[in-house]
Amino acid sequence: MTARVGFLMLVHGALDRAASVARHWHSAGCPVVVHVDSRVPHSSFEAFATSLSGLENVHFVARRHCEWGTWSLVDASLAMAEEMLQAHPDVSHVFLASGACLPLRPVADLEAYLAAHRGIDFVESVAVEDVPWAKGGLDVERFQLSFPFAWKRRRRFFDLWVALQRLVARRRPMPEGVAPHLGSQWWCLTRRTVERILYDPRRRELERYFRKVWIPDESYIQTLVRLHGARVESRSLTLSKFDFQGKPHVFYDDHLDLLRRSDCFVARKIWPEADALYRAFLEGQPAPSRAPPNPVEVDRRFARALERRTAGRDGLYSAARFPADVRELGLTAARYTVFHGLGDLFEEFPAWAEREMRLRAHGHLFAAERAEFADGLTSYAGGLADIATLRDYNPTAFLANLVWNTRGETQAFLFGPQDSQKIAPFLARDRNARIYAISGTWAVRLFRSGGSPAELRKEAARLQRIEAAHLQRLRRASTRARVRIWTLAEFLDLPSEVVQTVVEENRPQRAAGLAEAPVMHDLTGLSAFLQELKNQGMQPHLTGDVTEVARLEAPADLPKMVR
Amino acid sequence: MGALEAYRLRLRRKRFLIRAIRKRRELLRASNNLGKIGPRDVLLFSTLRNEHPRLPYFLRYYRQLGVGHFLLVDNGSDDGGVEYLAAQPDVTLWRTDRSYRRSRYGSDWLNWLRRRYGHGRWCLTVDVDEFLVYPFSDTRPLRALTDWLDASSIRSFGTLLLDLFPREDAAPCGPGEDPVAAAPWFDTGNYQISRNTVYGNLWVQGGPRARAYFGDAPHQAPALNKIPLVKWHRRYAYASSTHMLLPRGLNRVYDEWGGEKTSGVLLHTKFVDTFDRRTAEEVARREHYAGAREYRAYDEAGGLGLWNDWSERYLNWRQLEMLGLMSTGNWA
Repeated sequence: MTARVGFLMLVHGALDRAASVARHWHSAGCPVVVHVDSRVPHSSFEAFATSLSGLENVHFVARRHCEWGTWSLVDASLAMAEEMLQAHPDVSHVFLASGACLPLRPVADLEAYLAAHRGIDFVESVAVEDVPWAKGGLDVERFQLSFPFAWKRRRRFFDLWVALQRLVARRRPMPEGVAPHLGSQWWCLTRRTVERILYDPRRRELERYFRKVWIPDESYIQTLVRLHGARVESRSLTLSKFDFQGKPHVFYDDHLDLLRRSDCFVARKIWPEADALYRAFLEGQPAPSRAPPNPVEVDRRFARALERRTAGRDGLYSAARFPADVRELGLTAARYTVFHGLGDLFEEFPAWAEREMRLRAHGHLFAAERAEFADGLTSYAGGLADIATLRDYNPTAFLANLVWNTRGETQAFLFGPQDSQKIAPFLARDRNARIYAISGTWAVRLFRSGGSPAELRKEAARLQRIEAAHLQRLRRASTRARVRIWTLAEFLDLPSEVVQTVVEENRPQRAAGLAEAPVMHDLTGLSAFLQELKNQGMQPHLTGDVTEVARLEAPADLPKMVR
Repeated sequence: MGALEAYRLRLRRKRFLIRAIRKRRELLRASNNLGKIGPRDVLLFSTLRNEHPRLPYFLRYYRQLGVGHFLLVDNGSDDGGVEYLAAQPDVTLWRTDRSYRRSRYGSDWLNWLRRRYGHGRWCLTVDVDEFLVYPFSDTRPLRALTDWLDASSIRSFGTLLLDLFPREDAAPCGPGEDPVAAAPWFDTGNYQISRNTVYGNLWVQGGPRARAYFGDAPHQAPALNKIPLVKWHRRYAYASSTHMLLPRGLNRVYDEWGGEKTSGVLLHTKFVDTFDRRTAEEVARREHYAGAREYRAYDEAGGLGLWNDWSERYLNWRQLEMLGLMSTGNWA
């Protein structure tokens, strides 16, 4: 058994393109029935009709005023279908298309496909109660409320009327035996199904109901096919994708290969000026093939676009994306590590960290004088400069940029109370930050500076105040960073354990042991120094109780860390 | 935003419009091809002064993108550019010798021309050294973008002004040559953004100029946020260059909920050959924003000194999109 397809075309713009598509189908031996929106100026319509006048099997139906989302579109489709069935008794399938559709494969391919799927109606038809098909807004309400106002032109009345009906919980009664279904308005039905829909004795009643349904071109046929169709294959033979606003994606010249590989029969919607597409698919003679439609690649492309538009790239701040402080989102693009205080305890800590944990470890990025990039560089990835004023002008942008610019390579940096603190609240809020803090190491720093406790008393108090504020922030329940805090005394008690924890968490794949222990500064005399600070009246409470001087005196403790 | 604030902005917009209408008298039409404007043409607006060497490439670039007509204001050029432009079939040229500064750096003049000729059309406002790049701009003409924006009910299109610079201190670029090829380097991720709460736009700063010339005064670094493409209405007005508009809804060209809106880049080819001569000239004229502070900063820095190891060479829009400097959004 062979199939013969008749095409129905809803046309409202780009008439020259619609005409060439109609001509294409006609020359392939298919009858075409055309409806042109009455908003198209009479002169344009005349030219269009004249250009098709020599074609015996191209018919026109009376022009109606077509308003998006209203019954007029279904009405026009039904009129075309009626004309098609009456004028062409040999047509076995009716294919609804628009003026912005483009055939991608020879009609013979389509007819062979339909012949192989005998008696099947191709129409996307999804039960409303089961699946949220529509993009945003109205689902089941499309059927329960009425919509007398045009959405495109009289949005305010439309919204008001919907709100009012919701207020009174309006439910229009559904006609007997009808289960509402939704789906793409581009269908291809068998002659038998179309006949049963057109000549249904209840057609008047159903029409009366569907006239008030919202966007009936996505529901009338899709619902009725469930009453009349023999076998419904719930997908459209027309490749047509919707974006998150519910408007169709448009195809351009650069989609040529994508469309070719999709093996779909018809695609919409095509940008009217996509010359290369029209040339390739209407003038070229693609080889006949039996391949079934396979739009996976197209789906993936548009799914990515949706993702880009709605979710965006985490941690990116740009002229296109500037999230307000949304907590579910990452504030930066990737994980990074903050070593708070550790730089004061070890020699060349960043260099050691780079070797041991395979991350990029900077010095004090937020030091008062300049940003201490790794390897003593004065500028860094993306063109970041080490200028402190520039960095402090917008420290969150500085850090977010650094992390964004180095995606694929984990960043780490030293931090402490002597640094510029404007970044501190951001660090606490960012779930990508891992903060390892040893409190009170500023005492080590002061101790090693060689000054006398009397001179350093004020500075010690200042650093302690700053650090206390920061630690308090890190301990809040609202903090999203991953935080570990030890006091200096706790650290000195078991330095190997602290180092082990840091390494394990930052490089889990080699948790077994350290290749190399970091070298701790000589802290002989630290506890005496702290005692002297106390004697001067400055209580270093963040250091903890550093009394076990004896254990500190030799960094010989450290080799024990290598197991 | 209270009602009072909204009303104040409304008054400000009206003031801009009144200024524009008054300043129309300063414009003298030097050539007229307005009759050739087609019903769906994208219009390009620009003011310029002594830019003759740049003009052939500028016109060629935007013609290729599909700009239908150029509406240009020449502010006292004496380098032959006027004669050149007057001979172009798709250019309508106005001349004025009046102060650029007192026309709010050309905004008043162009606000008038857009109001008069741009109503209901897509209007692209760029300087002669700015080249628009948008997603798929190598395969889709500007009309594809504006059609898509129309279909999406989007009225304005945002961009980042991306400063391009040469590797050496001089970037020779002869008449008709591509300035992007002469100075193709840029900073990939060195931009600071904050939000202007009054106008609702983003304020973007940074890039090579900020790090090389404004390290000590970052708040004075030039603004890099631009909204050059707008479906114009006669009630609209640019408030400051093309950085922001009124009504302020037009400034919402970015997404606030984590997504990315479709956006582009303006390649800024300021740093090619004519630059040194221009610096001296602009410092003397003091006709630019903030008394040509920017120009003086370059002067004092002595030479460009913008290139470093992290600079990247411009290839195409996909590179910019991958770097996050622009976004395809949901245009695929």
